Amino acid sequence: MSTKEDIIWELRSEEVLKSIKQGKRMDGRDLLDYRTLKIETNVSENADGSARAFLGESQSITGVKMIVDKPYPDNPDEGTISVGVELLPLASPTFESGPPKTEAIELSRVVDRGIREAKTLDFKKLSLVAGEKCWVVFIDSYVINHAGNLFDTCSLSSMAALMNCRVPKLEENKIVRGEFEGKLELTNLPILTTFAKIGNQIVVDTSYAEEKAMSARFSIATFEGKKFSALQKGGHGSFTQSEVDHCIDIAFEKGDELRSQLKKFAGGKR
Amino acid sequence: MSNKNNEEPVYVNKQGLRLDGRKVDETRKIKITSGVLPRADGSCYLEWGQNKIIAGVYGPREALPAHTQDPTKANVNFVYRMASFSVPDRKNPKPGRRDIEISKVCGEAFEKTIFLEKFPNAVIDIYVEILDSNAGSRVAAITAASVALADAGIPMRDMVAAVAVGKAGGHILVDLNKDEEDASDAVDMPMAILPSTEEIVLLQMDGVITKDEWTKAIDLGLKACKKVYELQKNALKEKYIQAESSKENKVE
Repeated sequence: MSTKEDIIWELRSEEVLKSIKQGKRMDGRDLLDYRTLKIETNVSENADGSARAFLGESQSITGVKMIVDKPYPDNPDEGTISVGVELLPLASPTFESGPPKTEAIELSRVVDRGIREAKTLDFKKLSLVAGEKCWVVFIDSYVINHAGNLFDTCSLSSMAALMNCRVPKLEENKIVRGEFEGKLELTNLPILTTFAKIGNQIVVDTSYAEEKAMSARFSIATFEGKKFSALQKGGHGSFTQSEVDHCIDIAFEKGDELRSQLKKFAGGKR
Repeated sequence: MSNKNNEEPVYVNKQGLRLDGRKVDETRKIKITSGVLPRADGSCYLEWGQNKIIAGVYGPREALPAHTQDPTKANVNFVYRMASFSVPDRKNPKPGRRDIEISKVCGEAFEKTIFLEKFPNAVIDIYVEILDSNAGSRVAAITAASVALADAGIPMRDMVAAVAVGKAGGHILVDLNKDEEDASDAVDMPMAILPSTEEIVLLQMDGVITKDEWTKAIDLGLKACKKVYELQKNALKEKYIQAESSKENKVE
């Protein structure tokens, strides 16, 4: 699919390659610099928790809704989470409306894995009546503007919304809308750090133009205690073992930085 | 996830053997046969432990509808699907989010190795059907697809060999089976490489690991992939040895 849009970016990707070869990025950042992160919380009154994340010009909004549902038959004493990402057609000329495409599915599943596998939410504590009723925490993100690195943007808005989330009040296992019983308990804060291979260089937090020039992408979800809970390689290119080693070390560092920023923005109120 | 009512089993015993008697760096039994589908341009049947997989390759052929054509190269269309009877509970045959994600990353694993630039506006369709499964079906699918592509005579820089490594009960293991994947601390890390250069073309992981565990896992994985590569080559040679011997029989 070559739209006019794509051709322009293709031409720009040559410039991107040239500049990154010299260790500089088009926007003046160093290879391992993130764009400025900004988080706003309480974006939606009706959500149980919500946040908007900006990474440079990339922007996503996440709302958390907790509902009471029947547990899965194979885990009767556990609640669960559901992570979705919607690439809104208003966010980019290349996004179309309709059911989620491959890109959106991969994106939401990687964000999901980082949170699920780190056991950020204790599924046992989400159980209400074993085999009958449990909490299901829906974490739905909407991409508002696509300026690159949607993986990390959606991960950050999802985590911020979870930190902002209050547990709805229950009466006889029915939700009383508008009343709450304290904050949702989180055991850790997994953060995605996504790398791109452009030429022979590794960069973090790609811009839209850089994503057109990259050969492969690699995401790592890290959390407290130098552990990681998800890896995902994407794109047609490859990584060597030593490149992945390097990415993991950087991801621990960047994860810590982003986590402390996240706490500053989303930690306090509500 | 399971085992919640009973004690965790001992995943590696004092003799260094696993639940099914394998060593930590040992894969399950792998059997590969190439050229099994007469209509396909290339094909492969693969058994990997309980996993049973059939892969068929068509192409390069014209990419349709026309708007999917890329004038600079061929597209790779990798379709991973599980038969409804291939899992303990019946699977809804409609492709789910998991099937779609696996198809995407598996297709990407082949983009570097195939000479796609030789076939503008074309598509190479790789259809993989999982007939029976027990952990590690996506790496088995890649391994089978790679043989089917070679069988179809599609020019490639290298084969793609894949294996899953991971963790169960604190041990780093190669090629986890379902029982091991059900460990409470289980880590599943599917990977695929180009064996001659060790370039990593697919890497995923879920579960919690440290950097040291990762290093151990990737080293075991690289070694196991190279063994899989030998089996792939043998399967491809086998087809010609058989063709050659049947020709000789006719001469007699």
